Amino acid sequence: MTSSGLTLVGTSHHHAPVEVRERVALDGDAAASLAAELAVEGYEAVCLSTCNRTELYLVGAEAEARAERALADLAGGEIGSVLYRLHDEAAALHAFRVAAGLDSMVPGEGEILGQVRAAYEAGVPGPVLDRLFRQALYAGKKVRAETAISESPTSVASAAAALAQQVFGNLEGRAVVVIGAGETGELTARNLAKRGGRIVAVANRGEERSAALARRFGASAVGLDALERVLPQADVVISSTSAPDYVLDADQVRAALGRRKGLPLLLIDIAVPRDLDPGIHALDSCYLYDIDDLEAVVQASLAGRREEAARAESIVGLEAERFGAWQASLDVVPAIAELRERAEAIRAGELARAEGALGRMSETERRVVESVTAGIVNKLLHLPTVRLKEAAAGADGVAYADAVRHLFGLDEPEDARS
Amino acid sequence: MAELLFWPALLAYGEAAVAYAGNIRHPGSLGRAATWGVRIGWLVQTWLLVAQAARADGFPWSTWAGSLNLFVWLLVTGYLVWGCRPSYRVLGLVLMPLAAGLLAVSYVAGGVSSDTGGNFSTAFLALHVGLVLAAFAGFTLSAGLAGVYLWQERRLKRRTAGILRPQAPALVALDELSAKTIVVALPALTVGIAIGLGRLFERGGGIDALMAATLLTWCAYAALLVVRYGLGWRGRRVAFLLLAGFALVVTVHLALPASHFA
Repeated sequence: MTSSGLTLVGTSHHHAPVEVRERVALDGDAAASLAAELAVEGYEAVCLSTCNRTELYLVGAEAEARAERALADLAGGEIGSVLYRLHDEAAALHAFRVAAGLDSMVPGEGEILGQVRAAYEAGVPGPVLDRLFRQALYAGKKVRAETAISESPTSVASAAAALAQQVFGNLEGRAVVVIGAGETGELTARNLAKRGGRIVAVANRGEERSAALARRFGASAVGLDALERVLPQADVVISSTSAPDYVLDADQVRAALGRRKGLPLLLIDIAVPRDLDPGIHALDSCYLYDIDDLEAVVQASLAGRREEAARAESIVGLEAERFGAWQASLDVVPAIAELRERAEAIRAGELARAEGALGRMSETERRVVESVTAGIVNKLLHLPTVRLKEAAAGADGVAYADAVRHLFGLDEPEDARS
Repeated sequence: MAELLFWPALLAYGEAAVAYAGNIRHPGSLGRAATWGVRIGWLVQTWLLVAQAARADGFPWSTWAGSLNLFVWLLVTGYLVWGCRPSYRVLGLVLMPLAAGLLAVSYVAGGVSSDTGGNFSTAFLALHVGLVLAAFAGFTLSAGLAGVYLWQERRLKRRTAGILRPQAPALVALDELSAKTIVVALPALTVGIAIGLGRLFERGGGIDALMAATLLTWCAYAALLVVRYGLGWRGRRVAFLLLAGFALVVTVHLALPASHFA
């Protein structure tokens, strides 16, 4: 492997159970320290560690063995069987898939892109890893911009919020009434509040529990008997009590609708048994979704994500090819630079030998000679340079570079060439 | 020159219509391609109208076919105000086939030539025809928004699992936008009609079928504003009223123009 070789060693939720992953998981500081520890003797190192994966990206000789040792140390024992080892373009493709969210548990999830950026910023990248991670971030953004992979919700709570946006658009200032003080209801309310929704009341049988939840949202706590009073001001109702019967029936909602002047009302029932009378859905401008409806929305959304993932794969595939071509060009760059240095040295040497004749020339004539000789050298080297770069993009880059070194004696000492 | 510009404009609008249809299945790049089709088509059609105006001796869109050409431009102009937002691409699917179709009809009927109204002054025609057509374009946009509202409302009522795809404007936004479009369009129609009636009384003559239908349209939309803002009607009822109003617009524009334009 050349010094520019990229190595990735890691494990993820696809390969290792949580008992193994938790042993190699690192927080941000520890990941930065490990990268710094590995980045000695000219190594480049970036450590990406999330709840689903720990991956070491290294550039340098014997990088694979070094990364495996580091992960075994973290795990407190041998974990070779759950590690994947990828090199060069395959490693780049993996990095791009990770950044695009294609390797995530939920395809297209958005958090991973920030985690990749954080790992890159905390790592010790050199030319190769710098290019790799910048391109990974670009690929991640491109996939999200050009496909709809990250547009849809992946949980009941976020599906409820997305539905509210389908009805009201911007949720800024929209009034939300929460019935019940359970965890799922709170989570759903939080999702709405995060998007601008205003929790105005928490209604529950147990005053104490609803008061605590209401305080957290800056809302008022009311009993279930006060529901009819708060209902007219609600745009969204979330219900998740453990009541055995309906806590809100169609007549109560119909009475509230009169004062809403035709504004729509979205009701989310995440309780089992259901809290809200299904007859409410038949009322004009009322949209009632129960837990099964929300699950169906989530499933359809995940199916949509998987469909979009196929398009995203082609985007990251192209990016990986671009990275491979760039990386291959690194193999011939030193040969090209040395060839040009050698040619320039010959040109300068020949001009020095002709110093006697040149000395009799005017400054203008001298500049013309300089320019002509430099032009000849550039023209002679142009085509070999282009061909070398082209060959580098294929599999022959190293062979061509070696041939150039041999033909022009670039590895030989100065006196042996002449 | 003007005739040459017609084809790229039609092609761009057609491309937009097809890409909007594809965007329903694969949201993303097709939607962007559609939006660019609308923008490019609009620019080319603007150039076409400028070329027509430069060549004509008078107001070049006073014929029925010419008015269709100008109507399409006004409709697409109105759509472009919101149409670039991804959620409004569904509206593009409703409007762009209509725009492409009407532009083609306009071409076939000679609407991209530079025929002028002859008997009337350019200023009168520009104000009367321009304002009435702008109002009709607004009513058409509003009907498109109402159509999208009913489609989105139906999906919500049916609890369609794929409700989030394709992205669509929110119900409340559609309801408000369609009403606000009428708030802007109706005054334009009022002024356009007033100018026409003023000229009619000045020169004498009777009210033809198209004028009567246009007055009826004005009454319908004025009543709609009263129920929307006065009585607080919203949602499905208003959407159906908007579609009914649009039926009058279609009648005025397509079924009754012969006597008036003659």
